[in-house]
Parts: sequence; structure tokens; C-alpha cells
Amino acid sequence: MLDYTVMLVAVMLCISLVLNLWRLIIGPHIVDRILALDTMYINSIALILLYGIFNQTPLYFEAALLIAMLGFVSSVAFGKYLLRGDIIE
Amino acid sequence: MSFLMELIISLLLLSGGIFVLVGSIGLLRLQDFYVRLHAPTKATTLGLGGVLGASILYMYHLQGYVSINELLITLFLVITAPVTAHILAKVAMHHRVKLMERTRNPELVETSRAQLPPTPIDNSSDDKKAGTNREV
Repeated sequence: MLDYTVMLVAVMLCISLVLNLWRLIIGPHIVDRILALDTMYINSIALILLYGIFNQTPLYFEAALLIAMLGFVSSVAFGKYLLRGDIIE
Repeated sequence: MSFLMELIISLLLLSGGIFVLVGSIGLLRLQDFYVRLHAPTKATTLGLGGVLGASILYMYHLQGYVSINELLITLFLVITAPVTAHILAKVAMHHRVKLMERTRNPELVETSRAQLPPTPIDNSSDDKKAGTNREV
């Protein structure tokens, strides 16, 4: 049962990644694109965790933690750049 | 693995996947940036929380102890998602991203950009142009 559930949830996550990519492409303002990129980071973390469950190994949690930190820092850096014209003042 | 454990893990995974999907559909389908910001920052955090809960349970079943990594990811996401949403909303406000037509009190955006306290709205006058509440 768990194998089928993992497959189903992986399909759901891939569909949501494609939807986020669509918003990233068509986004009317640049803030929409940043939001879509941030959501793609979070969805890819979920996909990596799912891959860890599928392979029955805890090895991928470090990768997920790294992606979470990089995603947050890059989103905040984009936001600060758009807000102030500079990242570190 | 016992059937009950598998059922709980599957239900957590399914609810997480459904929440992530709903958040992404909301990101694609809603009308306005400020409304669009609402969908993924709540739903995706909740969905990732479901997947992380399933992962914690499964790894506890597999190894016999709870590793600290999943808890760290959960804590980090719960802390950082509102910060990102706040900064993006601030960027949108300062760039004057187009509002939805149904948005109430759109002139308060200008007040908020100037960091003034919100003034009561005068409904009798037709002059709802931005910047009329500036004389403080």
C-alpha cells in the first residue's frame, strides 16, 4: 500500500511543480516569479523527502535541509534587492 | 510493518500531497498577487508538514529512533515561510503591483507605503485618488 501511495504522491508533486513552472513563465510581475520559485523550492524538498521514503534511506535529509536554507536565503536576497536596490547595505 | 502504521503513514503522505497540489493550483489560478501569495505559503507549508510527519514516522519505524534532521527541516520551514511571504508582500506593495478590482480601501496602500497610520475612509467624497490622506 505504501508503494502505491508514494507513487501517487510523487505524481501529485510533479504536477504541482509543473503548475509552479507555468506561473514562473507567465508571471505578470517579477514578484510572481519569485513566489513561484520559492514554492518550487518547497515542493522539491517534499519530492526529495518522498524519494528518501521510497529508497528507505535517511541520506537525503541533509540535501533537503540544504535546499530549504538556500531557498530561503535566495528568496530573501531577491526581495531585498527589489526592495532596496542592494542586498547587503 | 504493521497495517496500522502503514495506514497512518499513507494518510499523512496523501494529505500532504493534496495540500501541495491545492497550493500550486491556487498559485496558478488566483487573480491577484496578494491573493496568490496566500495559497502556496499556507498550503505548501502544511503539505510539507504532512510529508515530513510521514517521513518521521517511517524513519522511526525503520531505525528505531527519531533523527533530528526532519525536526530541523520542519522547524526551519515553519520559521522561514512567513518571513519570505512578508518580504514578498512588502516588495509587491512598494512596486505598486496591480490590485484586484474588488479590493477594499486600495488607497491605504499609499498610506502604508508612506508608513503613516491608517486614516478613516471618507465615503462621501468621490475623490478616492491615491495620496489624499497624506496631510498628517
